[in-house]
Amino acid sequence: MDTALLSVEAVSVVLPTPRGPLKAVDAVDLSLAPGRTLGVVGESGCGKTMLSRAILQLLPKRAKLDGRVMFNGRDLAALQPEALRRLRGPELAVVFQDPMTSLNPVLTIGTQLVETMQAHLGLDSAAAAKRGAELLAEVGIPAPEQRLRQYPHQLSGGMRQRVAIAIALSCEPKLLIADEPTTALDVTVQAQILDLLAREQRRRHMAMIIITHDLGVVAGRTDEVAVMYAGRVVERAPTPQLFAHMRMPYTEALLAAIPKLDAPPHTTLPAIAGRPPDPTRPLPGCSFAPRCRYADDRCQGAKPPLADPERAGALYACWHPL
Amino acid sequence: MAKFIGRRLLYLLPVLLAVTLLTFLIASLLPGDLAITLLGDQATPEKVEALRAQMGLDLPIWQRYLLWLWDVLHGDLGRSFRTGETVLAAVADRLPVSLELMVMAEVTALLIAIPLAILCAVKSGSATDRFLTGLAFGKLSLPPFMVAILLIYLFAVSLNLLPATGWIPFAEDPIANLRSFVLPALTLAIAEWPVLMRVLRSDMIATLQEDYIAMAKAKGLRPARILLVHALKPSSLTLVTVTGINIGRLIGGALIVEVIFALPGIGRLLVGAIYARDFIILQGAVLFVAVGFVMVNFVVDMLYAVLDPRIRHGRA
Amino acid sequence: MAVREVAALDVGVDTSAVTPVRRQRRLGGLFVASVIWIALVGLGAIFAGLLPIPSPTEMDMLGKRALPSAEHWLGNDVLGRDVFSRLIYGGRISLTVGLLAPVIGVTVGGALGMLAGYFRGRFETIVTGGVDVLLAFPPLVFALAVTAYLGQSILNITLVIGILGIPAFTRVARAVTLSLSEREFVTAARALGATHSRILLRELLPNVALPLVAFFLLGVAVTIVVEGALSFLGLGVPPPAPSWGSMIGEGRESLDIAPWLAFLPAIFMFLTVLAFNVIGDTLRALTDPRPGAL
Ligand SMILES: Nc1ncnc2c1ncn2[C@@H]1O[C@H](COP(=O)(O)OP(=O)(O)OP(=O)(O)O)[C@@H](O)[C@H]1O
Ligand code: SF4
Ligand SMILES: [Mg+2]
Repeated sequence: MDTALLSVEAVSVVLPTPRGPLKAVDAVDLSLAPGRTLGVVGESGCGKTMLSRAILQLLPKRAKLDGRVMFNGRDLAALQPEALRRLRGPELAVVFQDPMTSLNPVLTIGTQLVETMQAHLGLDSAAAAKRGAELLAEVGIPAPEQRLRQYPHQLSGGMRQRVAIAIALSCEPKLLIADEPTTALDVTVQAQILDLLAREQRRRHMAMIIITHDLGVVAGRTDEVAVMYAGRVVERAPTPQLFAHMRMPYTEALLAAIPKLDAPPHTTLPAIAGRPPDPTRPLPGCSFAPRCRYADDRCQGAKPPLADPERAGALYACWHPL
Repeated sequence: MAKFIGRRLLYLLPVLLAVTLLTFLIASLLPGDLAITLLGDQATPEKVEALRAQMGLDLPIWQRYLLWLWDVLHGDLGRSFRTGETVLAAVADRLPVSLELMVMAEVTALLIAIPLAILCAVKSGSATDRFLTGLAFGKLSLPPFMVAILLIYLFAVSLNLLPATGWIPFAEDPIANLRSFVLPALTLAIAEWPVLMRVLRSDMIATLQEDYIAMAKAKGLRPARILLVHALKPSSLTLVTVTGINIGRLIGGALIVEVIFALPGIGRLLVGAIYARDFIILQGAVLFVAVGFVMVNFVVDMLYAVLDPRIRHGRA
Repeated sequence: MAVREVAALDVGVDTSAVTPVRRQRRLGGLFVASVIWIALVGLGAIFAGLLPIPSPTEMDMLGKRALPSAEHWLGNDVLGRDVFSRLIYGGRISLTVGLLAPVIGVTVGGALGMLAGYFRGRFETIVTGGVDVLLAFPPLVFALAVTAYLGQSILNITLVIGILGIPAFTRVARAVTLSLSEREFVTAARALGATHSRILLRELLPNVALPLVAFFLLGVAVTIVVEGALSFLGLGVPPPAPSWGSMIGEGRESLDIAPWLAFLPAIFMFLTVLAFNVIGDTLRALTDPRPGAL
């Protein structure tokens, strides 16, 4: 897999907060080949969004990024703003978590869709508008010409997320990062959006990172899964292998917590007892220890490294794997 | 949109009515008997009585108000007892001067404030930002008449570049006319940019943290487009309000500035009426100014709807 | 309470992130300087009669626009009156009007605003409508008309500026009361059957007071400016009493030969207004929960 499109190397993100520095992402390594799909799974607050923003170079102003983000052989973190700008759109694209806030309320759907193509593809406005209507049709929006003239608040949440996806796809990116693209949506719409993403990903042969807190989402839709906890990747394996044999007690707990289809919309992760550690006060040992039923003194005292001791192609960070 | 306008109109009417009532009350409560003022203290009581009756001054105050309001609604604001000029003619005569001053001042103030606000917001917390916000804060304590003195001293007295006073009609000499507006407009602009900059800066800082700005960056748009199209428009509601209030105020002329620079605008008309105790002119001009202020604010409310489609579609 | 919080601010003790602390400390220095300046002007105004300075109204016809000397520290004005003395006595008028006028606004406007924010309903509609109407009138025209018709005296000036300030105080008091009356302690008091007057005076007033005090100080700054503008136009305190505004106005006539005659009172007024703004803004920032509201 040396032909990686994206490789994240020892990336850490530290945010200054009133309570002291907060390590939102802690020495994460990932890699993704062209056309493949990676799922990043973890509870709320474990650093998924910060990781995606670190890849996209969209961190908050005062955040500090360490490590390298190699994309097509170039370190994004070291790129000049203008070079980075040219990559965003035609190479890298993103769909944000909340379609209610990720579209500009005072600009029409058309403007927001067309401007990207005009910036990168050099289309004139007539051609861009035509292509925009086609894109809206492709992501399943009826009466696209009309929609182009409407404002975000005139669309439902699911429609807005479809628009956001159309915007992300408009310049045929090589890598799409979808940060919990369905969390803010009704359950019935969730599956539609995920299927849309999967379809477009295959059709365009683009690489994709799907971020979610729901192991169920990644099950049938990804090639590889990375499980995050408290800023670190704690288990990483090809998807079938992961579901066949989970090694981390945390992953197991996540699986038990998969929301059922009949649960009311917007339910957050129910069931892992306890809460993640305070990210400004890192623990000396395994961060999951306070909540882990297998924890012992070793877990409290030393941090398990992310490794593949059995050489089975599956990495995990646990002293007492299942 | 129609519903939105209707709601605002429904609020506008009572406010306008209250404005006329208050104007009338103030004018009639000012001490001094109009009849005596007109006839002089030598006039016989019979003559005074006759004039009072002729002018309707012997009627109860509410009847006088209704009569006056009737006239006002028919476009008759009265006539100066001194010069015989109608209020409307006096106002129409002075209005262009005040409007020219207002436009030049507001445009200059916005030209100073908007780029500085954007700069501060983009570099918020930096030395540049702190210097400019500090400067703006300090400027809040420097009233226009001090700025005027300073500018006159610099540009008129020391450098002798621009006229300190005097006004020349545009038709007579356009260049001289514009030159006579430079210092007064600059005075007002210097008085106003700090407030404009402060409100735009803080709204813009908030906007720049929105998801849709991150999204615009992720789309690879040019920084200028992100700032001017994606960030400026949603950040400009408060700026529009404050500018609107300023414009509404300046419809009534910039009183002090017009006096200092001897510009024959509405402000000077008001001051002149006060000095001359010409209370018909005073009453009429004050009514004009107050109604103008209310109307400008109404227009500003409408502008919101243009800037924010959510208001237009009645969801705000 | 305000004093204690200001003291804390001064030392810059704060647990928040690095930059705000630096910023607050910087502000602390400015804050102290402002307090000192106002104390100096205030003491000068109170004890002006006891100071070893010449009379502010005595004219020295031979010493018109005299340069500074041992006798006249800052020289003389156009009529040969001692400039330094006039500055000190001018502070008296600025501070008297500046401190008294906003008292009218803060009591009447504060009460109206609290009642409107607490009782809501029709009363609130009338109050806010009334405020909108009052704000439509050009305040300086009002002030000029009143002093022109009723006579130029400190009392009239104070009254008219004070009344003109009522709408602004009403707005602030109403806004603060509105945001407070939904809070638990008010709901709790209501649930316990407390009377309206008890809730208003015991629960709401102490919390509305601090923002109002901060706004009061900003009001002092505005009042000093308005008084200065009136005096500048010759409709303020009647001559020959010295006022900074009238000094600037008189000095304007000799900008070409003796510019300092206008600039000295301007500097005094600027510093005083700035000082009140700094103190008021510091207090406002303390009462405003939004970070970076400065
Ligand atoms: N702007 C910020 N400043 C300081 N801390 C932040 C900021 N944004 C996020 N954090 C903190 O960083 C950590 C990681 O946040 P992140 O948003 O990456 O979590 P997440 O996994 O995406 O959660 P969610 O599922 O809720 O989106 C959290 O502890 C969060 O509190
Ligand atoms: S290292 Fe210990 S505490 Fe951590 S997950 Fe494994 S068993 Fe649990
Ligand atoms: Mg997230």
